[in-house]
Amino acid sequence: MTDQTEFATAARKEWMGLLARAPEDAVMELWDMVPDHPAFDWLRSPEIGGVMVRGRTGGTGAPFNLGEMTVTRCSVVLKDGTVGHGYVQGRSKPKAQAAALLDAMMQTSAAGRIRAKVIDPLKQQISATKTTRAAKAAATKVEFFTMVRGED
Amino acid sequence: MYVAVKGGEKAIENAHAWLAEERRGSTDVAELSLAQIREQLSLAVNRVMAEGSLFDPDLAALAIKQARGDLIEAIFLIRAYRTTLPRFGYSEPVETGEMACDRRISATFKDAPGGQVLGPTFDYTHRLLDFKLAADGGVPAAPEGAALEERTPHITGFLKGEDIIQDEAASDTTPGDLTREPMEFPANRPLRLQSLTRGDEGFVLGMAYSTQRGYARNHAFVGELRIGKVAVEMEIPELGFAIEIGEVDLTECETVNQFKGSKTEPPQFSRGYGLVFGQSERKSIAMALVDRALRWEELGEDNLGAPAQDEEFVLSHSDNIQATGFLEHIKLPHYVDFQSELELVRKLRREAEERITPKEAAE
Repeated sequence: MTDQTEFATAARKEWMGLLARAPEDAVMELWDMVPDHPAFDWLRSPEIGGVMVRGRTGGTGAPFNLGEMTVTRCSVVLKDGTVGHGYVQGRSKPKAQAAALLDAMMQTSAAGRIRAKVIDPLKQQISATKTTRAAKAAATKVEFFTMVRGED
Repeated sequence: MYVAVKGGEKAIENAHAWLAEERRGSTDVAELSLAQIREQLSLAVNRVMAEGSLFDPDLAALAIKQARGDLIEAIFLIRAYRTTLPRFGYSEPVETGEMACDRRISATFKDAPGGQVLGPTFDYTHRLLDFKLAADGGVPAAPEGAALEERTPHITGFLKGEDIIQDEAASDTTPGDLTREPMEFPANRPLRLQSLTRGDEGFVLGMAYSTQRGYARNHAFVGELRIGKVAVEMEIPELGFAIEIGEVDLTECETVNQFKGSKTEPPQFSRGYGLVFGQSERKSIAMALVDRALRWEELGEDNLGAPAQDEEFVLSHSDNIQATGFLEHIKLPHYVDFQSELELVRKLRREAEERITPKEAAE
């Protein structure tokens, strides 16, 4: 595998992960602002299912099955043959469809435009939410002192 | 035995219509929205997700509303729903060491690297009813500090160098899945953990408490408790690589327990582990204590005959949906069963009377 392919895979993982985690409202709002929704055919129409989430014993040991989460997936093909996949958390078919189309468009010449209009703003929103929680957590950081008992 | 009965359709229909009306309550009061339940009863939502074994806050909120706040009924609804979902696959094991922590405390290590972070906790509240909540009122924004950028490593990781705590060696063994194959005994630790994490909070708490009170005491300390968000990754066959498919809120508890050592091993702390969906602190600590108690054999301890050491007892009774199903079925019509028992008792009484009566007549 060339460095170029690895680089492309890493980039694709990032935007797909972002689209999977981002709140439905945020994705749909940005997607609706994309002016030219491309024509496409379904490779797989949206389907709601479950994924069994695994943990590890003691955090680092052998895997075990923790419980499921809902996931919606679909696959599209654009008129130029570009294939896009949507795998998103939750049960929103419109969000899965938008994610699949965005995944496809990110592999075409529209990538720069989509990144600026959708991917980067989503990334900023998610990052801001995360930072706010981390800042609130930081405000609750404590120092415990062990009191010295008077022994004499 | 339950024998099917028929009839009563109209009465059942009317009972369900009344249930719907009672669920709604007085129409003078605004109806609850799912968003209100999800946002304002979030710990109930978390419990339903953990024991329903399905992470989806909106669905859990719907189940709570439909169940009129009966959480076991809500868990039942979620369990029933999840059986209808096609299984897309299994995730990579989540990396709890990469958790974005809202809370992270240790009862054993005062100066834990990364610090003690209290998070949104009930701890240190006075448990006095707050009548301000009875009136509508805004909440001031929580203070913010300087957000830490670096990851929060597991505290037990720092003890590993000293070899003073048991290692949890990584493996890629495929764990059994009790949603696919029925539980068999003896179960292994991964299956026990899957069963405990979806087990009834009250039952797991009671079992854990019994170990603290002396029934297979194992001297647990909370080495670390952390709550926060973790990304979930799954290998996607059509892509040929793993992507993040979402993130879940988790509570993780690692206990540090006594271990005497053996002829072959020096004294070393042992561990119990709890990992639960949502902010589910009590459940996670209880799970870790019960996990540790069930490891007696592996750690060369004595079987003291304590309930919490009995894997079959604990795992067969921890599931509140199985338990409530079997318990509540006895209220359904058992007329045929009961009719035969009634006849049997009448016959026994008749025989007993006949035995007594001739004797009395002779006296």
